[in-house]
Amino acid sequence: MENLDQLVQDGLAAVEQADSLQTLDQVRVDYLGKKGLLTQQLKALGQLSAEERPAAGQKINDAKGRVQQALSERRATLEASAIDQKLASESIDVTLPGRGQDLGGLHPVTRTRERIERFFTGAGYTVEQGPEIEDDYHNFEALNIPGHHPARAMHDTFYFDPGTLLRTHTSPVQIRTMEVGEPPFRMICPGRVYRCDSDMTHTPMFHQVEGLLVEEKVSFADLKSTVEAFLRMFFERDLKVRFRPSYFPFTEPSAEVDIEWGREADGSIKWLEVMGCGMVHPKVFQHCGIDAERYRGFAFGLGVERLAMLRYGVNDLRMFFENDLRFLRQFR
Amino acid sequence: MKLSEQWLREWVNPASDTQALVHQITMAGLEVDGVEPVAGQFSGVIIGEVTEIGPHPDADKLRICQVAGGEDRVQVVCGAPNVRAGMKVPFAVIGATLPGDFKIRKARLRGQTSNGMLCSEAELGLSESHDGLMELPDDAPVGADLADYLKLNDVTIDIDLTPNRADCLSIRGIAREVGVLNQLVAEGPVIEPVPAHHAEVIDVAVKAPQACPRYLGRVLRNVNLAVPTPLWMQEKLRRSGIRSIDAAVDVTNYVMLELGQPMHAFDRAEIDGGIVVRMAEQDEKLVLLDGQEVAMTADTLVIADHQKPIAIAGIMGGEHSGVSAGTRDLVLEAAYFDPILLAGKARHYGLHTDASHRFERGVDATMAREAMERATALLMDIVGGEPGDIVEAVSEPDLPVEAVIDLREQRISDVLGVTIDRTEIEEILGRLGLHVDKLLKHGWRVRVPGFRPDLTIEVDLIEEVGRIYGYNNLPVTRAFGSLEMRPQVEARRPVSAVQSYFVSRGYQEAITYSFVDPKIQSLVDPEQAGIELANPISADLSVMRTTLWSGLLKTLAHNQNRQQPRIRLFETGLQFVRQDGGINQTPMLAGVVTGTQVPENWANGRRDADFFDVKGELEALFDLLGIRISFEAGQHPALHPGQTAKLTMEGEFVGWLGVLHPLVQKKLDLNGVILMFELFLNPILSGYVPNFKEFSKFPEVRRDLAIIIGSDVTFAEVERIVRQAAGRHLTALRPFDVYEGETLGEGKKSLALSLFWQSTERTLNEEEVHSFFDGVIDALKKESGAILRS
Repeated sequence: MENLDQLVQDGLAAVEQADSLQTLDQVRVDYLGKKGLLTQQLKALGQLSAEERPAAGQKINDAKGRVQQALSERRATLEASAIDQKLASESIDVTLPGRGQDLGGLHPVTRTRERIERFFTGAGYTVEQGPEIEDDYHNFEALNIPGHHPARAMHDTFYFDPGTLLRTHTSPVQIRTMEVGEPPFRMICPGRVYRCDSDMTHTPMFHQVEGLLVEEKVSFADLKSTVEAFLRMFFERDLKVRFRPSYFPFTEPSAEVDIEWGREADGSIKWLEVMGCGMVHPKVFQHCGIDAERYRGFAFGLGVERLAMLRYGVNDLRMFFENDLRFLRQFR
Repeated sequence: MKLSEQWLREWVNPASDTQALVHQITMAGLEVDGVEPVAGQFSGVIIGEVTEIGPHPDADKLRICQVAGGEDRVQVVCGAPNVRAGMKVPFAVIGATLPGDFKIRKARLRGQTSNGMLCSEAELGLSESHDGLMELPDDAPVGADLADYLKLNDVTIDIDLTPNRADCLSIRGIAREVGVLNQLVAEGPVIEPVPAHHAEVIDVAVKAPQACPRYLGRVLRNVNLAVPTPLWMQEKLRRSGIRSIDAAVDVTNYVMLELGQPMHAFDRAEIDGGIVVRMAEQDEKLVLLDGQEVAMTADTLVIADHQKPIAIAGIMGGEHSGVSAGTRDLVLEAAYFDPILLAGKARHYGLHTDASHRFERGVDATMAREAMERATALLMDIVGGEPGDIVEAVSEPDLPVEAVIDLREQRISDVLGVTIDRTEIEEILGRLGLHVDKLLKHGWRVRVPGFRPDLTIEVDLIEEVGRIYGYNNLPVTRAFGSLEMRPQVEARRPVSAVQSYFVSRGYQEAITYSFVDPKIQSLVDPEQAGIELANPISADLSVMRTTLWSGLLKTLAHNQNRQQPRIRLFETGLQFVRQDGGINQTPMLAGVVTGTQVPENWANGRRDADFFDVKGELEALFDLLGIRISFEAGQHPALHPGQTAKLTMEGEFVGWLGVLHPLVQKKLDLNGVILMFELFLNPILSGYVPNFKEFSKFPEVRRDLAIIIGSDVTFAEVERIVRQAAGRHLTALRPFDVYEGETLGEGKKSLALSLFWQSTERTLNEEEVHSFFDGVIDALKKESGAILRS
């Protein structure tokens, strides 16, 4: 049994020297396998006397245990380092760009229109739609713009035939909605509108959002608060707003709305016209079968592109409809 | 409306400076568009007199002039053709500065000394006229400062009037308004009737009294039209943007600017008999003052004599009957024409005149006589002449009815949202020239003067009260909101959900014009004629789109031409199709895709998008919307015949997906493979509300098979056969490989499928699955001639 200690020493040394899981396993087989050196020591127990056997067996088992322990520890070490190696070999350049689909974007007009819609739907307004090819009645007559009216000249209208045209504003949607419904109304009508005009500051098609509120008790003062609140929320600034008397056939009193937009050369406030508004004209109510004595309403209208230009600093209206990707991609 | 501030201040002169005055006018609803000085910036220009004139020794076109006015009489070289001895001219002396910071120095012109410069109107920034030297009147004080003499310390105020404010198309009207705002009374010159000097009158017969309820004519004999219009009048006209012609025309224009009544002067000698106001004969001809001959329509009101038309009423006079230098006797016209009859007439003849502009908007129907007297007096002052009596033809019943309006105090505060003091309201009404006929229990009975034809109903007066009170003085009430909830249809997805989906899939939204190039549209949708605009802005924007592809492909071309190889665009909007005599305006969703499927990257990023990429994107959209869409091979004239799918939903056609036909693509000059889709938006947004179903707890079994079938057998057909044969436990069927190649032989393809079975009640056993699988294989062999691949 003298060589048992030597065997253990050799085994532990072999474990220590094993530099791979494979060699370590060989060491395990060599010492602890069925024909392993230590296993054979156990088999040799039979040659001993019954009195000697327990103690010797105990010694051999202890020896096996020591080697086994070393093997386990060595295995854990080797496994850890194998994982480290594998992970090291798997490392990537995380600074390379990602793959796959990129992001598109909404058109700035849609982005702006949806923003406007959210302000008003949050305040209980519905969003109404209507035809873009309109009849003369809904685009003009019902809005108190009869055939001879000079205001028709302000609307450079696209015609298909004398009674059919491209709507010049989204107000006809308000008429159509009032025709089939009952007051009170609280609606906005966003959409494409058309004017036969094209230059630096006009495109033959643009977008409007027109709003209408009809209730029994509503006044110009309420209109002022609605318009002011909207403009301040839209521009996210406490800007000055002024109401300038103006004229629209479908509202009375009518006003154009200016906002403070920087300063003039002489230091005075530079005012910029951004909206039109007013109290619904009684003739408009009459055309829709609404009692103009009982109900009052206010209406307002704005150009989406104009607000988008001011909000995002776009300097050429025509870019909205060129759909150049270099332009559109700036609004995602 | 352009007017001189000085002229306005002759009528009403508030203490405010120009800037404050302009702001006040704008805030009263008369929007000032611009304020321009009436002359260029200059100094050192005096009134000079050319005392002597002689030839330049070395230049045919130059003269040597002796000019008085400065400290000494000096020599000036001048090239103006109209220079002559004795004329009074603007003289820029040495040291003067002309507009554009042009300094006048002693100079030598072709060897001759020139001590200053004689000026034209253009050189002083007074007009565009380069015709020659500006001639000053003979009585102009030599040596006086020109700017002082011409009162050039003045601005032209340009007001962009709204069409309702016809009353402000005159100095009197604007002055009245300024008076109202400043609590001042606007006062103009006193106008007195001019007594007749003789008995000659012009015969006036109004045959169309509805169109012309009032017509005044007056003969003015023995005028001398050689007398020039006085400078003060020329200057006022010029500052209002009207060019001086001759005294007769200038005076009629002056009265129009001053009072707002358009007038006309005829040459008496050219009027055959008397004046007849009548409707034109259809196609009756008239040569107008601007030289163009018009063939009139029968709804045009004309001023005629006993033989022929001599003017289009309220729009423009005829050339033949107009005054000229040789005219001796005048017939002056002042009339009231019905605005509705005149509306759009001028435009019909391609005209827009100062007269038509006013008559269309409404002239004070009571003003004609006053204007006639004013014009007569002015003419007599300038060109002499002897007036006859005014002949007035009037049809009282056809004149506008004087409006009498009841104004309720309560209604004012209801509409404006503020209670204005009763006395303040009365004061505002009074300043506006509105007469309170009667005090009512709760308001006023108001009579509207003739100069405000725009005021006809109560709210017109409320607006006036609010306007003068000041919109910005009205309160701002707290916004109020109804707490009522609005219904929301859960199944129906908003368009914005579709838009967000495409954005997340790399698509950029485009918004293209609804009118498109008919050439492009006939290529992408040859079977439908687009609805044509009667007055398109240009030929390439002249028909309404029948498909959103028209605009999207144009956008694609625009971007391809700007080095954008990878383009993914979508748009939502209406298509316009004529159908059964009506017009269908239907919301559509369309997209175009070209270039690599994903942005080119450092691994596998160079594959171009193909049909199945876009189909996959659409299928995911349909999943999002909760709808089932079937794809079947279809034919569309703009799409590749072998790569086009017709999309249906519950049997209804909902749209197309395909590759742009190579021939169409060539004609449109586009590059690469272009995928396009277009869908009807409304049906696909119909959506669903989720409804939970119990899922199976038992294991799922997968079996794969590969078959060889004819190339013409579609996957859809295979799927149909498999589903029919696989039994009710089949849960999914997925193709995982499709292959065509030489090894299979001509007209053959290999298709590999995974089939999944699962029961909701129990675990399926091996024999069951085996028999399902065998059943599928048998069916495929029998029904599609499939051969099982080993």
